[in-house]
Amino acid sequence: MTHLATEPARVDAEPIRQHRWLSPVVWLAIFAAIGAIIFYSLSPGGKPILYSANTQHSWFIDMIFKPTTVAQKLSVMVLAIVLFVAIMALILWAVDRTSVPKPVLIAGFLGPVVIALTSGLLWTALKTILNSFQKFDQFGTQIGWAGWANYGHVFTPANKEMLINTVIWIFVVPIFSTLFGLVYAVLVDRTRFEAFAKALVFLPMAISMVAASVMWKYIYYAPAPTGRSEIGLLNALIGTVGLDPVNWTTKFPVGTFALIVVMIWIQTGLAMTLLSASIKAIPDEIIEAARIDGATGWVLFKSITVPSIRPTIVVVLTTIAIASLKTFDIVNVMGNNLGINNILANAFYSWMSVQQPGWAGAAAVLIFIVVIPVIVFNVRQMRKSEAVR
Amino acid sequence: MTTTPTPPVPMVQEVTPAQSSRATKLQVRAQEAKTRLSSPWASLIAVVIAVLWTVPTFGLLVNSTRTEPAPLTSGWWHFWGPDSAFSMTNYIRAWQGNGGTPLSDYILNSIVITLPAVVIPISLALLAAYAFAWIDFKGRNILFVGVFVMQIVPLQVALIPLNTVYVKFGLSSSYWSIWFSHTIFGLPLAIFLLHNFMKEIPSSLVEAARVDGAGHVKIFMKVLLPLLVPAIAAFGIFQFLWVWNDLLVALTFSGSTTRPITAGIQQLTTQFSQQGNILPSAAILATIVPLIVFLSLQRFFVRGLLAGSVKG
Repeated sequence: MTHLATEPARVDAEPIRQHRWLSPVVWLAIFAAIGAIIFYSLSPGGKPILYSANTQHSWFIDMIFKPTTVAQKLSVMVLAIVLFVAIMALILWAVDRTSVPKPVLIAGFLGPVVIALTSGLLWTALKTILNSFQKFDQFGTQIGWAGWANYGHVFTPANKEMLINTVIWIFVVPIFSTLFGLVYAVLVDRTRFEAFAKALVFLPMAISMVAASVMWKYIYYAPAPTGRSEIGLLNALIGTVGLDPVNWTTKFPVGTFALIVVMIWIQTGLAMTLLSASIKAIPDEIIEAARIDGATGWVLFKSITVPSIRPTIVVVLTTIAIASLKTFDIVNVMGNNLGINNILANAFYSWMSVQQPGWAGAAAVLIFIVVIPVIVFNVRQMRKSEAVR
Repeated sequence: MTTTPTPPVPMVQEVTPAQSSRATKLQVRAQEAKTRLSSPWASLIAVVIAVLWTVPTFGLLVNSTRTEPAPLTSGWWHFWGPDSAFSMTNYIRAWQGNGGTPLSDYILNSIVITLPAVVIPISLALLAAYAFAWIDFKGRNILFVGVFVMQIVPLQVALIPLNTVYVKFGLSSSYWSIWFSHTIFGLPLAIFLLHNFMKEIPSSLVEAARVDGAGHVKIFMKVLLPLLVPAIAAFGIFQFLWVWNDLLVALTFSGSTTRPITAGIQQLTTQFSQQGNILPSAAILATIVPLIVFLSLQRFFVRGLLAGSVKG
């Protein structure tokens, strides 16, 4: 500011440059604001903006919003695809003139995405944080503020097992998946059936966790009534060595570990694939040099292989930890709705289904809070490894 | 932060004649080391573990072909013993619903949900990734980092507010709500992935097109799009499997006429005593499509997985 008198030209240039600096961001912010205003002003009296199931519509409108027959469903699917590809083409066509000012060009390219992400992720995340401090009646209507009560509800003694289980999940699953994945990647490396063996271990990654849970149902099936044959493989196996059958998924903490095994079964494939790629990237010369120095087997693995792939190990550990924190499918399908098998992500879903946005919001925010340090750790490790390189 | 740091690929060094004899010796020894590693024992153990790994899948497959009431009365390792025969009737009954909603309905819903939920984010992300990679504007980096960071937002934080939006628009439990949700959750990864690929395309290509007078659209369609096919495939397969296998979004936003196969199977597991006989067949049917996609496009899937393993 002291230069104002002496150098007027530069001071003049400064604000203009700043404006140009901000213009696209401002444009996009305006986009988002318009969206928000339209959204809030267009829905008076609770009547849905686009489609109301209670009023009469033409068959076409009904088809678009509530298709019933196979033909209608497929038509709407094609329509949706064509619509969005057409929107993309339209934007491209509209902005592709030399006369179009740059902000319009940028708004055309980035506008849809910015609207989708600000309204779909940013605004919703803020709303969820807000919800987590609000009080709701049993129909999910807001009736005032709750302070920290919703968080208090998560940390009640009734949820003790749920919290313990969540911690067990985010530590045990990544450690064992990574360990198995690493051992298997080393074991299978350069063997004859490598591709085939890896594909079999990786297969669980491709199928849904619901289907995986159904598969494991026939491993953990409850003990058969006396005189009947066992349905669950595990009980049949321990029966052959003379042990009594166990109800695997109804007791704490056996149930949690039983469910965790399913998650490890799924995630080992991921760990193996990432680690195997990393092991193959270790230069042959390094291995060879170590061999000349007399390193073999365990020593070679410990002092050459593991340090070389440490960054990947960190990524795999953190990735699987986050996945374990957010996954609810297995607990939902196999947990028998028991509190002793519960984890935070499933508690979130239960509270959401019983119209309690406050409790569910607190659970979602807690998930978010746990994810952040893990990712920060991950990024720092990667920075460090890049610096070394 | 979401990608595995690509390890340095060992460069193939050009060998001068003087070095070649040493290099060949090294290669021979490396070959020896490899053969030493691939001992028959390691191969055997690897195959045994791989086979053990498929036991749950195999058990379900066997159970799906056993006639009623075998899946509910005896273990699958009895195979097709005296109390049960090999038959595909459970598949037919599962497909037709066995008194409940036919599985064909759920699979149709899964198809109707999945295809647009893959195509929409790709088309939007292509536009955005192009702008981030090839249009120079101030504030670009901030915006890109903003999009990038959104990958880590757990989708749990978005579900309830999104649902209120859908209710306001009258879209709740319609396909639109599910398409929009998957689009929103898929966009950050799609933009990130496509942007990285676009950045790797040599700028001389784009510059040359620009000198020839090509506008943004022409560059986009003629120069970049053909080169982006692997990236689009990588994200497409990843998103396809993610959406097809998703349960959380399905349970939250689908209604009775839009419920996909994962939610359908989940419902069957809650009616185990009535539907236990068709449950194995239903689960296998739910698995066929992702399995085909996975087996035929495994290469692309792994690439997408490397990039997007923390999505959701």
